Amino acid sequence: MSPPCGPEKRYLDALAAGRFEIQKCAACAKHVFYPRVLCPHCGCGELAWVAPNGHGTVYSTTVVRRKPADGGDYNVCLVDLAEGVRMMSRVVSVPPGDVKIGMAVQARVAEGLVEFTPA
Amino acid sequence: MRGSVAIAGVGLAGCGEAPGWTEMEIAAAAAKNALDDAGLTAREVDGVVVASTNIFMSGLALAEHLGVQPAFTESTMVGGSSFVGHLIPAALALNAGLCGTVLVAYGSNQRTGTGRADAGRHKMALDPQPFEHPYKPFNPPTSYALAAARHMHQYGTRREQLAAIAVAARQWAQLNPEAFSRQPLTIEDVLKSRMISDPLTVRDCCLVTDGGGAYVLTRAERAKDFPQPPAFLLGVGAAHWHRQISSMPDLTVTAATESGRRAYEMAGLGPEDVDVLELYDAFTINTLLFLEDLGFCEKGEGGGFVAGGRIAPGGALPVNTNGGGLSCVHPGMYGIFLIVEAVRQLRGEAGARQVKNAAVALAHGNGGVLSSQITALFGTRDTL
Repeated sequence: MSPPCGPEKRYLDALAAGRFEIQKCAACAKHVFYPRVLCPHCGCGELAWVAPNGHGTVYSTTVVRRKPADGGDYNVCLVDLAEGVRMMSRVVSVPPGDVKIGMAVQARVAEGLVEFTPA
Repeated sequence: MRGSVAIAGVGLAGCGEAPGWTEMEIAAAAAKNALDDAGLTAREVDGVVVASTNIFMSGLALAEHLGVQPAFTESTMVGGSSFVGHLIPAALALNAGLCGTVLVAYGSNQRTGTGRADAGRHKMALDPQPFEHPYKPFNPPTSYALAAARHMHQYGTRREQLAAIAVAARQWAQLNPEAFSRQPLTIEDVLKSRMISDPLTVRDCCLVTDGGGAYVLTRAERAKDFPQPPAFLLGVGAAHWHRQISSMPDLTVTAATESGRRAYEMAGLGPEDVDVLELYDAFTINTLLFLEDLGFCEKGEGGGFVAGGRIAPGGALPVNTNGGGLSCVHPGMYGIFLIVEAVRQLRGEAGARQVKNAAVALAHGNGGVLSSQITALFGTRDTL
């Protein structure tokens, strides 16, 4: 086990330090998310860490309904990054219901979490 | 495998509310009913199959509870689809001669049992899912809502069309004295009910009930020895492409396309041969996706297909004739109930909801968040 930790801890540690990094396969050059030991596209075990450009498109979106007393409604969405990977996240700085499929969004790291704002 | 095994007995127990009963007790009560139905006792069972969201080593626990020392035990856990999926190893074991009488059972006290919130917290600690949980999806509804929203965006599917699925399920439930929710329900009611995770309201979501079910599977040549007409397994297929919704390749296409193809191929049948469908309707979007993916209509046309009562009582295609997970019963995992209803329809014992001359029944299980897809086709003796 040559790296000092597995890819999940490597990802979360970078995020905690404010860096959003994903994997890229050395063999097939496809990007990979969530972090894995093997490339899910070609099976190669060599995955490098790269910084995505942060551009994304909302693939699907929902408003989770919650009582105002508990913090109110919030957005949960799936975002396709320009690098070709999809992740669950949320779009902030607009009302949760205003997030639309196809909307261009930009990633940012806030409190150890990747979230998006309208681009 | 086609026609080599058959279901000789089915049973239910504790459906609706069973306060004061444990999961294993409900499973055992359902097992007893299925064995009675088959004219057998637990002494004759030598294969035990079960899955549980809570019970560790559930196969050992059920066998112990029943006093069975099985030659074959199986407890693969692929969510609600498990009990359809169990047909595959059970049939292989029967055909290999490892055992002769397989009992498949499930029980849950999800509605009245205590400690659900605690259990949820413990599960989250054991299986943290750092790429989803921090965003607080209210699962499972949020994952299915994301699929519904995408289908609506891509194909123009409307909330009224999803609501028609809930209304059809309710109309079937009104014909089933064992169904939990039988009061009238309209499309308006569904649309106006409490939104959970857009676009799904509480009436687009399945019930939370207690309940258990069981079936007894044997080799087909033994089938003549049993009091009930056997339901022969004609085909079965399984497929899964993801666990979490964020890893689902296309939220409008499920692995039912593949599980269905495998099951139809084994059976030598197609959708046009199916008389009655039991589709795992944890949410209204499920029924729509599975009708498309199992070939009953084209991709994207499910919304129009279910409109106008086509899948309701009196419609052209009988779907979820017991009332489904939406209106009959849904105790955490629904898979076993698909099979119980399919068998009852093939026997012709479904009373007011009986589909006339039902000879081929399709039971389609879903597990996780549109993740595990398992399709089974059953038939009467005439279909062999």
